[in-house]
Amino acid sequence: MPNDDQPAQRRPEAQGLYDPANEHDACGVGFLANINGQTSHQIITDAITVLCNLVHRGAVGGDAATGDGAGILTQIPDALFRAKTEVIADRLPPADTYGVGMFFMPQDPAARALCLSAVVEVVKDETLGFLGWRDVPTDSSVLGGQALATCPVVMQGFVDGCGLAGEALDRKLYAVRKQIQARVLPLLPPGQVFYAASFSCRTIVYKGMLTGGQVSGFYRDLSDTRYASAVAVVHQRYSTNTFPSWELAQPFRFLGHNGEINTLRGNLNQMQAREHALASDLFGADIHKILPVVDAGGSDSAALDNAVELLYRGGRSLQHAMMMLIPEAWGAKYPIGPDQRGFFEYHAGLMEPWDGPATVAFTDGRCVGAILDRNGLRPARYTVTRDGFIVLASETGVLDIAPENVAEKGALRPGQTLVVDLQKHRVMKNVEVKGLLARRHPYRRWVEENAITIQGLFGAVAPIIPDTATLLQRQRLFGYTREDLDVLLEPMASKGHEAVGSMGHDVPLAVFSEKPQTLYNYFKQLFAQVTNPPIDPIREQLVMSLMTFIGNPANILSEVPGHARLVKLQHPVLSNEDLRRIRNLNSGEFRTHTLQAGFPAGGAGAALQAALLQLAQRAESAVYQGENIVVLSDCGLASDETPIPMLLAVAAVHRHLINKGLRTRVGLLVESGEPREVMHVALLLGYGATAVNPYLAFETVAQMALDTRLGAITPAKAIENYIAALGEGLRKIMSKMGISTLRSYRSAQVFEALGISRDVVDVYFTGTASRVGGIGLDEIAAEANARWCAAREPRQDQMPILPSGGFYKLRKDGERHLWTTETITALQQAVRENDYARYQTYAALINDQTHRQFTLRGMFAFKAADPVPLEEVEPITSIMRRFVTGAMSFGSISREAHETIAIAMNRIGGRSNSGEGGEDPERYTILPNGDNRCSAIKQIASGRFGVTTEYLVNARELQIKIAQGAKPGEGGQLPGHKVNAEIARVRHATPGVTLISPPPHHDIYSIEDIKQLIYDLRNVNPGSEVSVKLVSELGVGTVAAGVAKAEADRVLISGYDGGTGASPLTSIKHAGAPWEIGLAETQQTLLLNHLRDKVRVQVDGQLKTGRDIVIGALLGAEEFGFATGALVCMGCVMMRKCHQNTCPVGVATQDPKLRACFTGRPEHLVNFCRFLAQDVRERLAALGLRSLDEAVGRSDLLETNEAVTFWKARGLDFSNVFYRPQTRTPPRCVNPRHIDLGDTLDARLLEQIGPAIEAGEKIVTHSPIRNVHRTVGTQVAGRIAQKYGHRGLPDDTVVMRFTGVAGQSFGAWAASGQTLILEGEANDYVGKGLSGGRIVVRPPAGADTSGDAHTIAGNVLLYGATCGEAYIAGRAGERFAIRNSGAVAVVEGVGDHGCEYMTGGRVVVLGRTGLNFAAGMSGGLAYVYDEDGLFDARCNLDMVDLEQVVSEADIAELRGLIERHAAATGSARAATMLAAWDETVPRFVKVFPMEYRKILGQMMREDEQTARQEVARD
Amino acid sequence: MTNNPMGFLDIPRKAAGYRSRDERLHDWREVERQLPEDQVRRQAERCMDCGIPFCHGCGCPLANHIPEIHALAQHGRWREALDLQLSTSNFPEFTGRVCPAPCEGSCVLGLVGDPVTIRNIELAVIERAFAEGWMKPRPPAARLATRVAVIGSGPAGLAAADSLNRIGHHVTVYENAPRPGGILRYGIPEFKLEKAVIDRRVQLMRDEGVLFECSVQVGDDLSTKFLFSRFDAIVLTGGAREPRNLTVPGRELSGIHFAMDYLRGQNMRLDGDPVPPRYDISAADKRVVVIGGGDTGSDCLGTALRQGAKSVLQIEILPEPPATRAPSNPWPTWPLIRRDSSSHQEGGSRRWAVTTIHAFGCEGAVSGLRCAGVEWSPGDGGRPQMRIQPDSEFDVEAELVLLAMGFTGPRKNKLLQELGVSFDSRGTVIRDAENMTSVPGVFAAGDLARGASLVVRAIADGRATAESVHHWLANTAMKR
Repeated sequence: MPNDDQPAQRRPEAQGLYDPANEHDACGVGFLANINGQTSHQIITDAITVLCNLVHRGAVGGDAATGDGAGILTQIPDALFRAKTEVIADRLPPADTYGVGMFFMPQDPAARALCLSAVVEVVKDETLGFLGWRDVPTDSSVLGGQALATCPVVMQGFVDGCGLAGEALDRKLYAVRKQIQARVLPLLPPGQVFYAASFSCRTIVYKGMLTGGQVSGFYRDLSDTRYASAVAVVHQRYSTNTFPSWELAQPFRFLGHNGEINTLRGNLNQMQAREHALASDLFGADIHKILPVVDAGGSDSAALDNAVELLYRGGRSLQHAMMMLIPEAWGAKYPIGPDQRGFFEYHAGLMEPWDGPATVAFTDGRCVGAILDRNGLRPARYTVTRDGFIVLASETGVLDIAPENVAEKGALRPGQTLVVDLQKHRVMKNVEVKGLLARRHPYRRWVEENAITIQGLFGAVAPIIPDTATLLQRQRLFGYTREDLDVLLEPMASKGHEAVGSMGHDVPLAVFSEKPQTLYNYFKQLFAQVTNPPIDPIREQLVMSLMTFIGNPANILSEVPGHARLVKLQHPVLSNEDLRRIRNLNSGEFRTHTLQAGFPAGGAGAALQAALLQLAQRAESAVYQGENIVVLSDCGLASDETPIPMLLAVAAVHRHLINKGLRTRVGLLVESGEPREVMHVALLLGYGATAVNPYLAFETVAQMALDTRLGAITPAKAIENYIAALGEGLRKIMSKMGISTLRSYRSAQVFEALGISRDVVDVYFTGTASRVGGIGLDEIAAEANARWCAAREPRQDQMPILPSGGFYKLRKDGERHLWTTETITALQQAVRENDYARYQTYAALINDQTHRQFTLRGMFAFKAADPVPLEEVEPITSIMRRFVTGAMSFGSISREAHETIAIAMNRIGGRSNSGEGGEDPERYTILPNGDNRCSAIKQIASGRFGVTTEYLVNARELQIKIAQGAKPGEGGQLPGHKVNAEIARVRHATPGVTLISPPPHHDIYSIEDIKQLIYDLRNVNPGSEVSVKLVSELGVGTVAAGVAKAEADRVLISGYDGGTGASPLTSIKHAGAPWEIGLAETQQTLLLNHLRDKVRVQVDGQLKTGRDIVIGALLGAEEFGFATGALVCMGCVMMRKCHQNTCPVGVATQDPKLRACFTGRPEHLVNFCRFLAQDVRERLAALGLRSLDEAVGRSDLLETNEAVTFWKARGLDFSNVFYRPQTRTPPRCVNPRHIDLGDTLDARLLEQIGPAIEAGEKIVTHSPIRNVHRTVGTQVAGRIAQKYGHRGLPDDTVVMRFTGVAGQSFGAWAASGQTLILEGEANDYVGKGLSGGRIVVRPPAGADTSGDAHTIAGNVLLYGATCGEAYIAGRAGERFAIRNSGAVAVVEGVGDHGCEYMTGGRVVVLGRTGLNFAAGMSGGLAYVYDEDGLFDARCNLDMVDLEQVVSEADIAELRGLIERHAAATGSARAATMLAAWDETVPRFVKVFPMEYRKILGQMMREDEQTARQEVARD
Repeated sequence: MTNNPMGFLDIPRKAAGYRSRDERLHDWREVERQLPEDQVRRQAERCMDCGIPFCHGCGCPLANHIPEIHALAQHGRWREALDLQLSTSNFPEFTGRVCPAPCEGSCVLGLVGDPVTIRNIELAVIERAFAEGWMKPRPPAARLATRVAVIGSGPAGLAAADSLNRIGHHVTVYENAPRPGGILRYGIPEFKLEKAVIDRRVQLMRDEGVLFECSVQVGDDLSTKFLFSRFDAIVLTGGAREPRNLTVPGRELSGIHFAMDYLRGQNMRLDGDPVPPRYDISAADKRVVVIGGGDTGSDCLGTALRQGAKSVLQIEILPEPPATRAPSNPWPTWPLIRRDSSSHQEGGSRRWAVTTIHAFGCEGAVSGLRCAGVEWSPGDGGRPQMRIQPDSEFDVEAELVLLAMGFTGPRKNKLLQELGVSFDSRGTVIRDAENMTSVPGVFAAGDLARGASLVVRAIADGRATAESVHHWLANTAMKR
């Protein structure tokens, strides 16, 4: 509905903290084809049907009618054009010899005229003939308000090939289109659109700012029966923003993409670097006309389309191009042949992967296909019919196909492709496509004969003899501290892992630190949240690769053996030996040149700038002289030279070489004493280094070994361990962003700068966000010089030791902390004695940052205002209702602490958070004194521990934890020895079995997935609100907008610095951004999107005082969370030992002896909240505000504290943080959504079933079902759990029968007593959270789709199931029974990662599994039928043993399960097996987690006492 | 180095403890033992390596890096522990013996159990270093042109002198007593701090270039003019040695002495120096009353017992402290609990909440005290009010009465008067944020500026003042 309050606007320009570059989209995608290449209008009709059935995967904007975009890509409808282009038709040459351009033209007539003439001119300049224009008939009455207001004039231009035809004509049209764009776009008036949706003689795109259902209504051509095609690619978009953008609708010219390219920045940088070298006989002189390859202003998917176009027009087949850009994983664990491996390795040197979740459907009009990313993070289901038709889409069931017509149902697996050759009339499967490609050239031999392997030639690392005489001095020169050695390097060198810490981050931001900071500390890692999933770098390591090359060729259009002449590195950390060998290559093709990276000691910014320029110029001339490996080195600098911060040196040289078009001609190595942390190496690589030699870190760990600090570890082993830890850490950092390979991580710049001036960023770190400005070169030089002074001119009274550091643990001579002996003591005494004055002492210590800054908000000041009397301000009680406590699981903190928090928050009407770990149902009963121990907020985290139906229905708010401040993008684990009987019971796990929380939610790989999960949760507990927890980072605002569009009630923005949980220290320190920025960005983006009034916004992350709360409110938050402060009130003294279970105050421990030391009481926390609320009241009164509501979004009341004079803080600029967009949307939630589930299939069934549940009587229902029916059975489950708790009803009390194709989340959280029988097939997430119900999925009668070749159910079945049964008579997709902790399931085949993270239950697989079965599986059992005897190659053996099924008990169990399966599904396969039981049994393998085996042996003397060892919080 | 995360749960506290009473009462040697190395290492394992080490951040005035020292100690890495210890502390051998260890009072382990034996471990580190010969003179490699006079050689003076000398300044220490050490030498009894320990340190400082001029009364023997002509800066560290007097009838009787005079006499005697009559006091065969329940009083008690007193009674005007922390005295504040020193274990008796009414005697010599019980109640402004209990008077017989009632501030000697430094209402020398007195170039450190306090605070203040002096000299040099 058009809304004049919301003036239609195109995507706004960047303003405040909002930047359109941060937007994401995802969606549903699919293709349909007549395999025989016969064109028909039916394809179009069917394609429209598919679009309509994918509508729920898209989204609509603020006006509820404007779709995010939808479209269709088909062959040229030649017949239609001949009939409908009166004037042109007569002159229209034969098909394939004329091109059609589909243009979005400006509404403004003058601008349009300009575009029209430009098109005609360029066509003529390129010696083609322009035939004429056609106004495309459209019906704008179907459009939503925003879409209508920005609707372009859609026109088709017809071009005569003038002798060119087919591919040659299309190549020419490519050059024409690029030149038209180049000519028109600079002249276009602002606000006007010009865009060529397609320009080809073979394909055409109809798309727009539409919903799937509006496409055919808007484009009348599509309803014309003369519109015929043999193929159609369709796409339904879900964008995180609500701004009309016609051109970003998909499909693009070749493809539709569901997913996200995480590596985009790196891909763009590298593509730009290559452009100068592109050359091809096919293009000849035209090559310069197509530059730049990637159009500005496009989305990630548009850029991918541009890259495909280049490679395809350059002569490769479409599938070849796709496999270069989205290669499958081909590491050692993958069973592929040497030829294919050769193909992939050859192309790895040529092109870095465009990495991220992806289902891509593509066509050039002659073939059509689809490809899935290496992780298989998007679904792609297909059906081939007996009459020569294929449909592939994000979901199955998008088109009704009679069961008897089905020839095959399948799903693309990770990295797989499928291509339909319309000329040859056949479907080519993955193996065939890749086999053909791999043998186009002898790639394998090219690689073998040319690659130069450096690492590992001589085995172990050569020992280093540290130069002890100068070691300390050099360590000082590069800013080493004792903590660097003790806390960071020692665990890496001794164990090969990074250290873990806890309790967040309370030291100043680098820009506020008085200690000289390395430049690395001014950057924060970005990480994936919601719009794409992080990867598990441990359990799914097989998809990741640190392999890297030196000497990559730039001309990706040619294919010659010489392209394989590369130096190959297994990982990017060069040992001293490696570097020496590379330098010794100095003959023939590889020549190394070393440049010293120093500037005159004591020099200011100008000296540094001059040195950087000189360095870059020397690198440039080295390249001109034929050197192709440049080493930037700070080794052996003269004593009067200060090392240039290596990150700056690398970025400067990298950027300079890109600008000069030389970057691809040289490998950029780093030899530096500076990098020691994983973050340092990651930054160097992220800003362009090819590989890094951290020589001083090596020397330091070698010296530690010589000093016998590392036990019996030798110096060489210490270095190996250190390198291994760096590799592991790099994989982790990449995985947080969802990036699999280092090749695409390099120069991807997935960081934001925090505290660096825009001048410096723009010049050296071009393209990186720096939203509050900060230090310039002068300050960077000053910090480097301070280190130089400490090293070269130390005071003689100094002991020969390094400075303390004090970053991780408080040291009085080290970094400053907010939590200190004084603040903790004051707060604890205040809450214990109920002493507000003491609280004020505490608050003053925290708040007063005029002279010593810690946080961004410390630099804020309140503007002077006319105060109001205190008594007019809303009371403490109403303020306290906005308070929540942070998510801390029972398990991470003690039962005492957990319940005390819940009681306190319930007393004041706030909300406590269960955290991830379930809740003891006993707590749902009110205590005799009226206290309530039930956590109002129940968290749903990736591990889904204890997330039963009963748990969900006992919540006032259901919170989806996407990320946590301490370690966004990472999972966690609770080691088995900490899982005592009580924790195991609450988490529905086995005592003693390790519980792993995966990095992503395995039902959220994309923005439309969270919409589905929110929908699932609403179904199970319609009375609860749903919130989504995000962590502040660049772009969190757009993610929040997407979440708001996904119909969440509330979004929580967490600061990076919060987090009570145990995390890798580098994650605590380096990942995520302060909440001030994220919150402001969220507020601004939600306002610009007209979504702010529909959602509530909450903030947390080291909120400590009323001042923090008021600032949070002014920046846009309505609710406020505390965790650390709450723990301190209850006795926490910041031991930061939560992960060791040795908390001496009984807060973060399960040790009964230590728990007895817990002295916290609900009153303490209540007092804290009262103090905070009183503090808030006083501040509101001073600001002239009478309520927090009045304060929300009033960032105009904030200003920068001018009294701050700290030298590094001078460059900070908060105008973007304080920015308020001009919009009439209310700045807070005044129009909360009311989601009506009344129209769902479940609701209709519940009308029948409800009374039976109440009465406990049996009932059976029958209904047809379609893919648009999602989350069926879940409302019923919620009702059962509400009434009967987890125990539910007797088996088969409620039997729900369905026929057809079930939508996503079929039977989610089905409860005991509930049976769902589906005859047909199902999509993703069947039996999610299964809590006792029984689910049967079997093929329809008459269809031959049983067995492991036919996919009957989608991905991620039984995720987090706690109990119940599932019988799936067919093959299921990836990650079957993931994180199952108690359900029993039988299935006839599964995809990759089956039984991942499983902690309990039974799984029987009657057929083939995919790779990586049982990764992270710590409990339960699986029986797998191993027909080819190769199961062990597909199984991840890290945590499991494989055994024969020999014991009577096992055989009986297995047989019993198969019998039940046969009975439930009528499976022919099961029947065959049972019939030949004696031959069947030996082929079964029992997958037995080692830990579980141990536990079974110990079950008899189950020990409540918890071992006290390292434990990671989740 | 990493610590043992479970040590505090598995290992009980074991302090070094004392030599047997029978043995120690018959000599003057240090009463405290030192644990064997393996036990020290075990004790160090009890350290929890806190995220916020309150010992370091709140307890120790020197901010010793206690958790890191413990981590090194538990691995027997004594040399590294020493370097770390010496980076914050000039004289661990003094504090390791006589510090009341506020670090232990704020040890987080004290929240739930017995704190780590921090002081014992500190002593083990430094004594190991002396035993291994690691404590060689470390004279500064380069000398600056600047000269600094340090007046007083107590803990603050020694620390200031040591710190300034290491930076490279020429330092001369003036001491009016025959030997350096101040209260360390003349206040603290031998059985708590053997003077050889001071001699060892002073020798080290001499070897490192510090000049010591003893038996020099600056102001009398040396003029302030001389000082200003010879030195670029002056650091006053004369302490706060003006004792609080007993103002009751009979105070003039002989046999009533200030505790410090008494202790000084015994220390001079043990040094083999002639003892001036003022300090020549003995408790042998006498009944002794010590007025004042603090550390000085307890030192008098131990000294008197060793001298062969017939009996010793220590009386204190305040009530007996509780055995454990009162609610108003929560961790990590210094625990105000009853403490029994080694001397208390050796004999004598104690009474609390007792005040002295008057002294009586015959022939001008004291023979006893009239005392009374007192009651304390909260008064105005939170200041407790004392009231004599009715009918509680009693007499105590005594031939020797020692006044250990604290100190009122610095002695306003001729030097201070001539320099013209300003004093505050408490009688201590006023100084600015950079520790300089009202006279340019004249600094003050220790009790002189802070009022009577702990040795460790005096050392910390001496260090800090040295830093101030250095910066002032550097800046002044620049201005020149």
